[in-house]
Amino acid sequence: MSLAPPRMAPLLHRLAGMTRRGAVHATLLLVGAVWLVPTLGLFVTSWRPSADVAASGWWTALPGGTFTAGNYREVLTVRGFEISLLNSVLIALPATLLPIVFAAPAAYALAWHRFRGRRFAFLAVVALLVVPLQLTWVPILKLFNLLGLTGSFVGIWLAHTAFGLPFAIFLLHDFMAELPGAVFESARIDGASELRLFLTIVLPLSTPALASLAIFQFVWVWNDLINALIFLQDRGKYPLTAAIQGLLSSYGSEWHLLAAGSFVSMSVPLLVFVALQRHFIRGLTAGAVKG
Amino acid sequence: MFLAPAAVLLLVFFMHPTLQTIWWSFHGGIGLEPSRFVGADNYVRLLTGDPLFLNLEVWPPSGALVNNLLWLALFTLSPLGLGLSIAVLADGVRYERTLKAVIFLPMVISATAASVIFRFVYSPDPTIGILNAVLGALFPWLEPVPWLGRRSVVNFALIGAAVWIWTGLATTVLSAAYKALDREVLEAANVDGAGPWRTFWRVALPMLAGPIAFVAIALVINGLKMLELVLVMTAGGPRGASRIIGFTVYWEMFNNSRAGYGSAVAVVMLLLLVPVIAVQLRRVGREER
Repeated sequence: MSLAPPRMAPLLHRLAGMTRRGAVHATLLLVGAVWLVPTLGLFVTSWRPSADVAASGWWTALPGGTFTAGNYREVLTVRGFEISLLNSVLIALPATLLPIVFAAPAAYALAWHRFRGRRFAFLAVVALLVVPLQLTWVPILKLFNLLGLTGSFVGIWLAHTAFGLPFAIFLLHDFMAELPGAVFESARIDGASELRLFLTIVLPLSTPALASLAIFQFVWVWNDLINALIFLQDRGKYPLTAAIQGLLSSYGSEWHLLAAGSFVSMSVPLLVFVALQRHFIRGLTAGAVKG
Repeated sequence: MFLAPAAVLLLVFFMHPTLQTIWWSFHGGIGLEPSRFVGADNYVRLLTGDPLFLNLEVWPPSGALVNNLLWLALFTLSPLGLGLSIAVLADGVRYERTLKAVIFLPMVISATAASVIFRFVYSPDPTIGILNAVLGALFPWLEPVPWLGRRSVVNFALIGAAVWIWTGLATTVLSAAYKALDREVLEAANVDGAGPWRTFWRVALPMLAGPIAFVAIALVINGLKMLELVLVMTAGGPRGASRIIGFTVYWEMFNNSRAGYGSAVAVVMLLLLVPVIAVQLRRVGREER
């Protein structure tokens, strides 16, 4: 009897610890479920026949439901998502490459060339990072109308290039500023021109930043809806995001097609994310202030 | 010159359009070409004569501006609180990487796809909307709620979807920062008898001020620019109840074809962002030198 209290105390302590750990795990698993279930629902729905989607919830279909690739086939071929998929690629690839081509030399100059107004120019870039695109749309659209660029891929490439520039310069500047200046000096002493120095030394050394930037910009353009709506204005040229929105406003209740179409659009960034997770998170995190 | 090409693009696509939009915000008329100079009329109407933008006649006040203030509060604080809790609770748990990847996933997909996902989640249709299905299972007497169709809840429903998207950012940044904290300082505080709770609030949290500020700024900027989520999920409806500023600019310019009026809303948006720009310039300026 007298032995009981000293033995009880550690037991209670351990019980309390286990309860606390159990509560933590339960909370974390609940959070994981809340974050996974919405996407899972869309995924399951995208594989269910339309009659089933209308008859029962997707959560009842997991054991023993029927699944089909028919929704994907219909949305791609009958509803024109094939063309939108191609458009998304045709828009996103140049709109990823061009901002880097413009930003890299500018970032290098801002980081390493001494000239008057350098600091001001850099701070202007930082300020532009926050300026909303809302302030630029109508004037740019009018300019495009004037030049015949509205509804053309060239127009949207130019727009995405300019819109991506402030962040691209900012990210590359941060990285390039940390490069070892002594290397540049010795290259200059060896008689390398500025252009040569930039192409053969600065760019190769900046590969990690260039990769993060490329991934961020690609996903940003791929996921863009609003600029496509404003500057393309042509269903035949719409990327996947705009095609989804079109499907939504014209056939609001075709859930099975919406689900399949959305997954076609999501699959590309999801693949990039899985394949290049580290670069991806670095780029997206740095770009979060871009908005 | 290395700078010239980028500088030209920024001048043509940012500086000049911004100035032009400010100038046009003092003009009225229909279409892309606001022709008639109307002075400050747009601004006066926006703040006093447009109940969809600001309505102080009712209680609680309503309109896009009020909605956006609610966004700023909830959309900033919720991901921060969630992200911080997850970062600390999941630290060292066996499935930590998987959990954080799952939470980051919504950051990867488009706002359009996220909107479709949440139109499913929120649907009052009993075979589609899982939120109503779960609530109905827990509380059988509840009627399914049309989350996006009811004026009193639609704004919160949209913020909920946005929190789902952006918590991944907060979790990733804060988790990395938490892991980088000096363990010895934390343990010393614990040994001194501060206890885990006090250690967290008094020692760990102040050490995380920098990353928290970074996430908060990112959320404020995105909360003020938010547009696609609203456009695809509700198009500002029902009857304008889920309008916010970024959406209103687009809607007035391109749906209602009132470029001058839309420009005025855009300028209001810019003015709200000026303090954020100032903060950013100070942060970056400090690092520079």
